[in-house]
Amino acid sequence: MSVFLAKRALALVATLLIASLAIFLVLEVLPGDPALIVLGTGAQDDTLAALRRQMGLDRPMLERYLVWIADLLRGTLGESYTYGRPVADLIGERVLVSLPLAVMAILLSTAIALPLGVASAARHGRLSDTAIMGFVQLGVAVPNFWFAMLLILLFAVNLGWVPAGGFAGWEEGAGSALLSLLLPAIALALPQAAILARVTRSSVLEVMREDYVRTARAKGLTRGQALWRHGVRNALIPVVTIMGLQFSFLLAGTIIIENVFYLPGLGRLIFQAIAQRDLVVVKDLVVLLAATVILVNFLVDLSYAALDPRLRLGNGG
Amino acid sequence: MMRFWKTGLPVAAGVLLGASQAWVSQARAANDSLTMGMILEPPHLDPTAGAAAAIDEVVYANVFEGLTRIDRNGEVLPALARSWDISGDGLTYTFHLADGVTFHDGAAFDASDVVFSLHRAMAEDSVNAQKQIFGAIDKVETLDAGTVVITLKQPAGNLLFNLGWGDAVIVDPASAEGNKQTPIGTGPFAFDRWVSGDRIELSKNPNYWGQPMALETATFKFIPDPAAAAAAILSGGVDAFANFPAAELVPQLEADPRLTVIIGSTEGETILSTNNAAEPFNDLRVRQAIAHALDRRAIIDGLFGYGTPIGTHFAPHHPAYLDLVDLYEYDPRKAKALLAEAGHPEGFKATLRLPPPAYARRGGEIVAAQLAEIGIELELIPVEWAQWLDQVFRNTDYDLTIVSHTEPFDIGIYGRDDYYFNYHGPAFKALLAELNESTDQDKRYELLGKMQRLIAEDAVNGYLFQLAKLGVWNKDLEGLWHNSPVQANDLTGVYWKR
Repeated sequence: MSVFLAKRALALVATLLIASLAIFLVLEVLPGDPALIVLGTGAQDDTLAALRRQMGLDRPMLERYLVWIADLLRGTLGESYTYGRPVADLIGERVLVSLPLAVMAILLSTAIALPLGVASAARHGRLSDTAIMGFVQLGVAVPNFWFAMLLILLFAVNLGWVPAGGFAGWEEGAGSALLSLLLPAIALALPQAAILARVTRSSVLEVMREDYVRTARAKGLTRGQALWRHGVRNALIPVVTIMGLQFSFLLAGTIIIENVFYLPGLGRLIFQAIAQRDLVVVKDLVVLLAATVILVNFLVDLSYAALDPRLRLGNGG
Repeated sequence: MMRFWKTGLPVAAGVLLGASQAWVSQARAANDSLTMGMILEPPHLDPTAGAAAAIDEVVYANVFEGLTRIDRNGEVLPALARSWDISGDGLTYTFHLADGVTFHDGAAFDASDVVFSLHRAMAEDSVNAQKQIFGAIDKVETLDAGTVVITLKQPAGNLLFNLGWGDAVIVDPASAEGNKQTPIGTGPFAFDRWVSGDRIELSKNPNYWGQPMALETATFKFIPDPAAAAAAILSGGVDAFANFPAAELVPQLEADPRLTVIIGSTEGETILSTNNAAEPFNDLRVRQAIAHALDRRAIIDGLFGYGTPIGTHFAPHHPAYLDLVDLYEYDPRKAKALLAEAGHPEGFKATLRLPPPAYARRGGEIVAAQLAEIGIELELIPVEWAQWLDQVFRNTDYDLTIVSHTEPFDIGIYGRDDYYFNYHGPAFKALLAELNESTDQDKRYELLGKMQRLIAEDAVNGYLFQLAKLGVWNKDLEGLWHNSPVQANDLTGVYWKR
């Protein structure tokens, strides 16, 4: 296990180094001058030069890369060009929206998808299976932002139960903060749940055709007992893989839902930072997100080992 | 996903509005607070250190004040300077400052703050986005604590107007550096807090030196998505959108008896900017052909009908405006003849770069169709603002682009050699120099008329329309600006009728 962990840690560092270099170089060649964005159409040569000096953009490339890496290691992450604030603060505020939202959405989607998928597999070929799968097909097909607008229409505009959007902030109390994340979490969770339910169903069906399930049935287990004792547990590996991917996506890939509900999350921060050429913020976020994806993958790998004892015996990883 | 997003949006928004008849009104807590919706969140709140319009839309006249200010009609009014004397030669301005003024943190305001603020904006290492408006100033000195004297290098007829810009507000040396996050001005509203990505809260300044405000608190809420903006105003989550983002949704909002919709004017001359140095646009006949080929009415209708046709680079509501819309009337045949005369009987190919706003992206398609009528085949290139500023504005690497010039009273840009139009007109520069030296209003208007006619005749750019301001707010709300002579949400005259 410790070899496994050490290998993973090394891979993490190497991936992050490559990611940092790649994003730095990509942003170097990206057209658009951060100082020009700040000064706009009134920019003059002297004000541009002064601002570029203030931003440190007049330094050589290698120096800027090293300064940035040093900021990353120190954890301050540098100072945003547009906001004039430490990037760590900016990201910290946004994580307080994005992380709870992602967790709520993944919990919700799992709570919906697993029972649906397993139930559907257990009733394979029957009318209820077709009905569930039809519903799931609808969930995959409906774009989440459109579904989000229907939710706003019903629950915010017509019924007035929840605000139409915005984020009150945690200091207003956890209740109102969670309430403002409820509709977005549902809008994110349903399409994800649909995908997850499909994966669960096909994975369970596949496992149920395995020899060991047939053996279990031959030993006298009922179909239901075989499903719960052997089928579901073994079917979870692909499901957990998909959940890992979905969670990574939920952290910063939710820009459209953030826009519909005007939530100040990570997705909007990175979107605005790119538009405003706030390169420090873009670079920091890309590296942090890369690190998160690697971490989530690592946790998924660990969960494989928990689910399947065979993977614990040294050849896992 | 993004493509689906774009096509799906109007459909979904239509569903949203169509079925929203039974909405539940959220009762206002009190009739002394206002929540104003805005599309863009300001990057920071220091109007002296950035060009983003969203900065002024929060702080102008509310948090910060200058020596002068610009009112809802575009007139210059006294602000921190209660009165001024101008010397006979127009070179010395003596400003008499208001008494008993303090900054929000309690620091006293006096003449030394004015000297500090203007010196800071003019300094060598200044990062003021409109540094050029201070270009004519030679010296700023205090005569006593209540009097400031500004000496000019050459006469500048628009000095008082320029000092009313957000970029020229007066800040305190002790708090100036922190204004980006915690703006401290002398205005009627003080900054309370900023919930990043969501809202900015202001509250009434109890120690304000001028007229007390009717509003106790004001919140600016940031809603980037047009459909979400519509839902917010319909559900009562925001009281007003001074600049409503989606013209296509306005008819539905107009039909709602709880809302007031005001179509006002802005300082945004929306033009088909032309690179006068690039082939074949360096030929006057080609530019004239384009002018004859543009059907402004069709372009405005394609943008949902809001906007006033213009024939030159000047705001139609300004008293010095000259109506030159018919100087080059819409006439494709005449346009074709001019193109043939210029040596392009079959037309030619060129590029049209389109920044993100709908007036450019959508308007660009209509302009391209109109120019195709006379054989000019345009390749449409969508660009982000960052690319537009870099390629088009800074490096003038373009043929044509569509952009709204939102700075007030900006005809002077035609006298700048380095400006991205690449227009070098000695006659215009002579008129501009004369304008800068004259302080007599009739003389100035006459010169402005000549300047408008000159650039229209030279067809420097294709002049399309004056951008409209679409304001939507609760019908009980009074005092919001109908027009935007400067980009601002001045709340000083805002109150609830009941």
